[in-house]
Amino acid sequence: MSITIFVPCDSSAVSLGADRVAKAILAEANKRSIAVQLVRNGSRGMYWLEPLVEIATDQGRIAYGPVQTGDVASLFDADFTNGGDHRLSLGLTEEIDYLKKQQRLTFARIGITNPVSLEDYLAHDGYRGLNNALAMSATDIVKHVTDSGLRGRGGAAFPTGIKWNTVLNTPSEQKYIICNADEGDSGTFSDRMVMEDDPFVLIEGMTIAGIAVGATQGYIYLRVEYPHAHQALDCAIGKAIAAGYLGDNILGSGKSFHLEVRLGAGAYVCGEETSLMESLEGKRGLVRYKPPIPAIKGLFGQPTVVNNVISLASVPIILDKGGDYYRDFGMGRSRGTLPIQLAGNIKHAGLVELAFGLTLRELLYDFGGGSATGRTIKAVQVGGPLGAYIPESQFDTPLDYEAFAANWTVLGHGGVVVFDDTVDMAAMARYSMEFCAIESCGKCTPCRIGSTRGMELMDEIIDGRDLGKNVPLLRSLCDTLLNGSLCALGGMTPYPVLSALNHFPEDFGINGQTDIA
Amino acid sequence: MTDSSTILSTVQAISTGLKDKPGALLPILHGVQDALGYIPSDSIPVIAKALNLSRAEVHGVVSFYHYFRETAPGKQIIHLCRAESCQAMGSKQLEDHVKAKLGIDYHETTADGEFSLEPVYCLGNCACSPALLIGSDIYGRVSPELFDELIANKEVAA
Repeated sequence: MSITIFVPCDSSAVSLGADRVAKAILAEANKRSIAVQLVRNGSRGMYWLEPLVEIATDQGRIAYGPVQTGDVASLFDADFTNGGDHRLSLGLTEEIDYLKKQQRLTFARIGITNPVSLEDYLAHDGYRGLNNALAMSATDIVKHVTDSGLRGRGGAAFPTGIKWNTVLNTPSEQKYIICNADEGDSGTFSDRMVMEDDPFVLIEGMTIAGIAVGATQGYIYLRVEYPHAHQALDCAIGKAIAAGYLGDNILGSGKSFHLEVRLGAGAYVCGEETSLMESLEGKRGLVRYKPPIPAIKGLFGQPTVVNNVISLASVPIILDKGGDYYRDFGMGRSRGTLPIQLAGNIKHAGLVELAFGLTLRELLYDFGGGSATGRTIKAVQVGGPLGAYIPESQFDTPLDYEAFAANWTVLGHGGVVVFDDTVDMAAMARYSMEFCAIESCGKCTPCRIGSTRGMELMDEIIDGRDLGKNVPLLRSLCDTLLNGSLCALGGMTPYPVLSALNHFPEDFGINGQTDIA
Repeated sequence: MTDSSTILSTVQAISTGLKDKPGALLPILHGVQDALGYIPSDSIPVIAKALNLSRAEVHGVVSFYHYFRETAPGKQIIHLCRAESCQAMGSKQLEDHVKAKLGIDYHETTADGEFSLEPVYCLGNCACSPALLIGSDIYGRVSPELFDELIANKEVAA
């Protein structure tokens, strides 16, 4: 019997040498005349252990990692194909604490299956949600999503069911489903993982959305920085079409849904839904005024659902197990699970999917194991480049949309970027203004001009010039950005800037409690 | 260097093939950049004509998006991540090293035409920061030493 060996094809694993390791394993097996079957699975999301090589055994998969090409011969010497002991042995994968403590709903298959194998997808509960949806009325599908309590995982946390209901009840010949796959926030990679490591779940979620609201065309607006995701999606879409899961008359139901991937072109602002639609229409990604909201007048002027990758990828399990099942995870008004991404200066960087409610401290230390450098964690930025910097005194905040909002912080897309005590928060505040200046679409004045003035002001402050005048001016400028910008890019750039200033005034040259701060 | 008649026929073929897609301009621009490495100014009138747009509208779109380039790149483009997660793991030092090693700043190409350097704001490789792309190959936890090794290998390969 041949032995099955798993080496991830996830781009982060590849960035650490997974392709070379896979090649070396095949070469070594060949040299030793051992019959092996190599499967390129997704990543388990434990990136400090990547490339993580797994062997299928009767007890379950046994893991070794992080494996480099130089380790391959010694792994064979240690009889790892039969689960032999080696210095890189990690035991049964499922028993690794980091993974064992998680509640994987959206990520249930990720790291287990071959991402582009429809057979694997079906064997691991794939397309059960769609099968259920095809037997339901549109209203009932939307009701399940509403009952689940799912809120937009892109960051805005708007209830998905309400959005769908609006599109369902807006009559039109043509409606659209758009998946916002422009995951541009630093520190986030859960969308990337879903698209690379389980593309069918996104396709299934979008198909269910299309059937629910009566949309026959879907677009995945994918950032160009994700070529691996592009390949996986195109491959999976081709297989779904061939097997009758996409196209006209899906599974003989008489319902149609067509899906196409469209590439962005490196504009962060195109993650904003109206800018994204302008881009899809072939224009500059200028943000639109709202109202009208996209659910009523969206892509090409038609009713459009715009949802994030994780929101859509959470739909299949909701339709499979029911809205109540999903709603029973979580706390307060934050229902279900959140795939959290631990990134930056953290020892155990990776993907942690859990019900809402865990505290940042538990996440950073119990899962993350503290900073990668071993130094004190000074601040974490949660929610991408427009998220606030959070100091140690707020690490006991539970991961919950409302609890975060109460601290003037945002949970956003669940990205957590960790900084140790060598970080200069004034430099980070300057970077936030610079980023806004580079990425501003230019439509509204506060964002277009305010960000450049903000950068200049930060240069003055960093040089220690006239703090008594410049710090209040920075606050006033942030007030203008916050209240006067058209979208979240200008409107939220003050979050990182002011949180850095408020929590770390010493980095701005402000010592002690003075009138300036 | 591709001559101008080849450029024009390539752009014409791509534009004709894609012009009937809804919102065809970005797919066409991607097609042109994939084929030629950049979007030559000569191609703008061809694309504009195919889509019944003004040249200004097409140029406006090309210039809006950071990814589209109007000049030919070096043989390989290095995309270096400047975002927060990579900064938390020393990307600023890596950036200084890369610029010094190549002798160029962002948006420039080395004198031998080998490498172009572009900033990128997140490659989604934040669990393995700092990250960069060389061509289409992604690398994580890149130290200055690893960078030197990588480009030495790329130069041999090229």
